[in-house]
Amino acid sequence: MDLLIGIFITPFAEMIGLPDLFFQALWDGFVSGTLYGLIALGFVLIFKASGVFNFAQPILVVLAALALISFYKMGVPAWISVVLVLIMFYALAWLIERLILRKLVNTDGNILFMSTVALSFIIIGAAQWIFGGRPSSMIHKELGIPTGSFEWPMFGGGVYFDLLDISAAVVAVILIVCLGLFFSRTKIGRGLRAVADDHQAALSVGISLNQIWVIVWFVAGVVALVTGIFWGARSDVSFALQIIGFKALPVLIIGGFTSVPGAIVGGLMIGIGEKIFEIYWGPLLGSGVEGWFAYFIALGFLLFKPQGLFGDKIIERV
Amino acid sequence: MYFRETGQFKSKYKEELAAFPIFEDKIGIAIAALLAFVLIPIFGLPGLSWDFTMSAVMIPVVIFTITTLGLNILLGFAGQISLGTAAFMGVGAYSCYKIMTIFPDLNALICVVLSGVVTAFVGTIFGLPSLRIKGFYLMVATLAAQFFLEWAFIRIPWLYNYNISGAIEVPYKEMFGIVLTGAKSEPLTRYFVCLGFLVVLTWLASNVIRGRIGRSWMMIRDMDIAAELIGVRPLTAKLSAFAFSSFYIGISGALMVFFWLGAAEVESFDINHSFTYLFMVIIGGLGSITGCYFGAILVWVVPVILKEYGKSVFGIDAFVMENFTTILLGVVMVVILIVEPHGLARIWQIAKQKLRLWPFPY
Repeated sequence: MDLLIGIFITPFAEMIGLPDLFFQALWDGFVSGTLYGLIALGFVLIFKASGVFNFAQPILVVLAALALISFYKMGVPAWISVVLVLIMFYALAWLIERLILRKLVNTDGNILFMSTVALSFIIIGAAQWIFGGRPSSMIHKELGIPTGSFEWPMFGGGVYFDLLDISAAVVAVILIVCLGLFFSRTKIGRGLRAVADDHQAALSVGISLNQIWVIVWFVAGVVALVTGIFWGARSDVSFALQIIGFKALPVLIIGGFTSVPGAIVGGLMIGIGEKIFEIYWGPLLGSGVEGWFAYFIALGFLLFKPQGLFGDKIIERV
Repeated sequence: MYFRETGQFKSKYKEELAAFPIFEDKIGIAIAALLAFVLIPIFGLPGLSWDFTMSAVMIPVVIFTITTLGLNILLGFAGQISLGTAAFMGVGAYSCYKIMTIFPDLNALICVVLSGVVTAFVGTIFGLPSLRIKGFYLMVATLAAQFFLEWAFIRIPWLYNYNISGAIEVPYKEMFGIVLTGAKSEPLTRYFVCLGFLVVLTWLASNVIRGRIGRSWMMIRDMDIAAELIGVRPLTAKLSAFAFSSFYIGISGALMVFFWLGAAEVESFDINHSFTYLFMVIIGGLGSITGCYFGAILVWVVPVILKEYGKSVFGIDAFVMENFTTILLGVVMVVILIVEPHGLARIWQIAKQKLRLWPFPY
């Protein structure tokens, strides 16, 4: 009986009794949701444009953040290090295309997936070798991203807004709008969509598959850099960020593997859902439920909408 | 030239279907068995100390071969991808621990088998989503298992008997006067227990796969809708694959903690280990039992030996060697995927085929 009350009554009573806390939780969830969405966006971009389920995306985020920090530590001004990281990612995209993807054209999706898992091992090894394994702090202040927070009085209490979080949300929105325009309005974007539909057909109308893949991986790298900056600013930059990256997978399930808005909506649902659950129902189970709750939301979705909210319907034929 | 079946006539259908129809194969197996059972336990591996050979190379590789067998049954034969392997090993380890505490007089080996049964049960539950989803979607579902179980190993103190350390402490167990587990057990005993399990489980797997259940798994793997249409029940086929595979993985998890590590915390069952086991399966070869051996040996033994040689012979820093072997693993994986997606087992088969015809090209 106590358990039932704990599940069905107390949490809601707390929500109504202390609305400022509830709004704080909503806002926190919203912010981490946009960041989950950003990582998921990296997955979606590559999946949309090449049919590769890119498991290396989380480690790309870590790589971007670490590279940015170490460029800065070498004495390069902050914004120039951003440019350097972008150049590095372009080179990386080119290398990945040249050494791995080009050799695997026309193979099964599973094999491409495995190759990205292998790629993530290579990057982990190399990044640890070069940058060391110690966590370091992000240089967001030097990049001119505002820090600090303000309180917005509400219901007798107040909700704290971090300027960093607000700028993360704003940047995420800008990035998504830009990517949406890029995909739908530019020539390259149309090429990307054509490649995603059918490799051979795209090749036959003169779209360069190799070039498209380099571009896609580069764009995914840009997304990884943005994600890395904001995640890194919220916590330290270390290889543990990679685990957060796996949170993007349930986001993908909810939003669908091929939908850019889906990645964001899914991210918000996961972010808000797990925050609320952690705060109000977490104590019943012992804390730390954030680690797996997202996956269970995703499982629930899978049972009712296996293709996600915005995904393409999966049709199978014998 | 020595590998040729000329003159080996089969007069019965049963002989054709034998596990090793060619005489040279039997010699090869005999040599491998001799190495594993006699030579390595007596002499160790060249250039490594005997203790190191046993406790860091041979025992883990035998255990990981069992894990790989389990994962290969699921991924290679039934086509259901799983990233929860390490967590299921944890289920095996923790349930073995609980069984040992609840029934203190039970034989350790029976405890290990029972923990496999418990894991099979848990694996079946987490295999339920496979009935509706597959591919990458299923992978995320198994990730749910991975993270949920990891959380459970930390947050449910009942599982580790309310120890302050939060780790499994391996109790002292003996059989016929020989110490099996605990701090006093000999590496040799533990090695032979693991090897015994491996032999029995390999025999079991190869026969199950050749039988009706194994064939239904392969049909599901090749095309589940078609398999359903010709009368394979997806429910039983998929869930039995999950149960069977989890049984193996659970046993290997119990062996890992009780016969190798001696104590284990949740870090031994995290997602990176799941990836390592996945690598073993892929590198060894999907859908091949021989491949499990190759995969486990390549992924485990080569880095360990490289690290050891790097440290003792060349004096390279352990941190550098660690990263180097991680990169090497990734590179080997990519090369294998590009050259031969069916892994070392397929390369082995091609080599055998070539040897049979040698010196003629075809």
